[in-house]
Amino acid sequence: MRRNWLILSLTVFGFAFLYGPILSLIIFSFNDNRLVTVWSGFSTRWYAELFADTQILDAAWLSFWIAVASASIALVLGTLCSVALVRFRRFRGRTALAGMASAPLVMPDVITGLSLLLLFVSMESLIGWPAGRGVGTIIIAHTTFCIAYITVVVRSRLSDLDLSLEEAAMDLGATPVRVFFDITLPIISPALVSGWLLAFTLSLDDLVIASFVSGPGSSTLPMVIYSKIRLGVSPDVNALATIIIAIVTVGVLAATLLQMRRSARKSS
Amino acid sequence: MSQSETPLRTRWYTKLFGPGAASGRALVIFAPVAWLTVFFVVPLAVVFGISLAIKEFGRPPYSDLLTVGEGGTVQLTLHLSNYLRIITDPLYVTAYLSSIRIAAISTIVALLIGYPMAYFIARARDPWRNVLLMLVILPFWTSFLLRVYALSGFMRGNGVINGLLGIFGIEPIQMMQTDFAVYVGIVYTYLPFMVLPLFTTLVKLDVSLLEASADLGAKPWQTFWSITLPLSLPGIAAGSMLVFIPAIGEFVIPSLLGGPSTLMIGRVLWDEFFSNTNWPRASAVAVAMLLIVVVPIMLMQRAQDAVVEGRTR
Repeated sequence: MRRNWLILSLTVFGFAFLYGPILSLIIFSFNDNRLVTVWSGFSTRWYAELFADTQILDAAWLSFWIAVASASIALVLGTLCSVALVRFRRFRGRTALAGMASAPLVMPDVITGLSLLLLFVSMESLIGWPAGRGVGTIIIAHTTFCIAYITVVVRSRLSDLDLSLEEAAMDLGATPVRVFFDITLPIISPALVSGWLLAFTLSLDDLVIASFVSGPGSSTLPMVIYSKIRLGVSPDVNALATIIIAIVTVGVLAATLLQMRRSARKSS
Repeated sequence: MSQSETPLRTRWYTKLFGPGAASGRALVIFAPVAWLTVFFVVPLAVVFGISLAIKEFGRPPYSDLLTVGEGGTVQLTLHLSNYLRIITDPLYVTAYLSSIRIAAISTIVALLIGYPMAYFIARARDPWRNVLLMLVILPFWTSFLLRVYALSGFMRGNGVINGLLGIFGIEPIQMMQTDFAVYVGIVYTYLPFMVLPLFTTLVKLDVSLLEASADLGAKPWQTFWSITLPLSLPGIAAGSMLVFIPAIGEFVIPSLLGGPSTLMIGRVLWDEFFSNTNWPRASAVAVAMLLIVVVPIMLMQRAQDAVVEGRTR
């Protein structure tokens, strides 16, 4: 029984390690004192300051739309990529596509960012496009790594899928395109949703790649946060973090409850 | 699925995408291939090309590889000076080696913390298992940058840990801007990546094997050592790769938590590019960095392919 106590205490330590810093950040976001670690009374002034800070709000809005655009373009391309990899068993370049679709997952951010920037600069001097860098180049860069993540999620769902449903629809005379939209797509839609959300989150979170490929006037939220943190303590970042954590917690809780209810219904 | 069944099973795809209607199939393949070629493969080639140039003042700030001389002669100029510098300058060699060291130590620590967590969650009863699993995944969905920031508030000179130590009358410890902070930062941010693959292998572990081992008189640690640990090796490998590979190229953690003496290759590349505007040197550093990550990447790819292919058969 001693072993169980050991595992239990190590697990408790692990969770304390994961959540300690986050909890202290949330608590101190309600601290009246500018010194982040000296408690001097409850206050919501940092939230007020956050909502008056147009730089942060503009950056958040920009990041949101970049994430929506990148995740959506990547969803289409990643789904096509998964269909090609799972359904077309043999074609020339299949290994190359599989490699291209998974290598961005493990490519260090600094290399992805640098290589895309150098590409954009070379293209601009060769063909004049893209003229300068900004939102467009960030969306291209984010789409590229999001394709890889979406492909992982959708590909594994698609390869679990029972082919007989699609075949039955074919036998009943549906065209392949119709089968894809009426049968395949609805069945893999949970994977599409989670793939899109994953891509959205990763795009929203990216600092390094965006720093390389952004231009003047297109600072994303992580870029603004990073420069604020570098300058020193800023309590309004605590307030922002608390808001983000609250949104994510509600979302993940809802998703988990939904999933638990669905699996409970299945087993009953 | 046997070979002879394949044509039947993929019949409807053959109708659209087979020899008779190659266009639809080609279109599905073309879009992702084109995108990934232009925005992933070509950029890496560009990096390699520019690593053979030298820094010059102008826009863009590097020398041309191809120059057209008088009478239309094309001249190719390649410089190996960046690579020579990387090999001979101790700055780069040290950064290279300490990246590997920091990533390796952090991976081992993450494994030591993550394994008991994954084991506990895998053995937990049903509602609890889902709750604990959610608690592991939750930080992953929140911002990476903000978690590093939260950690820095925790370890600061007047932070929570030193505050707690002060209660027991212990002098504050300098944690921020040390290599120690970088280890903690990597373990902290990448722990979910370690726990999840470990959980996936441990939850599939056949409990009857453990019971059999215990019935035959093995002590718990013997059972763990000779059954649980070997069977969870795929999870250990996957989790370690998922921590080790991104940790090598990490920029945010060493720059926010580490001190000026914390050299990591990702940070060197960043400074070379942004502070020194030496794009060719930064490119050479990127090529050198690829060499360390390319072997683990290929191993990962093969493992992933094996999993996906295995399931479809």
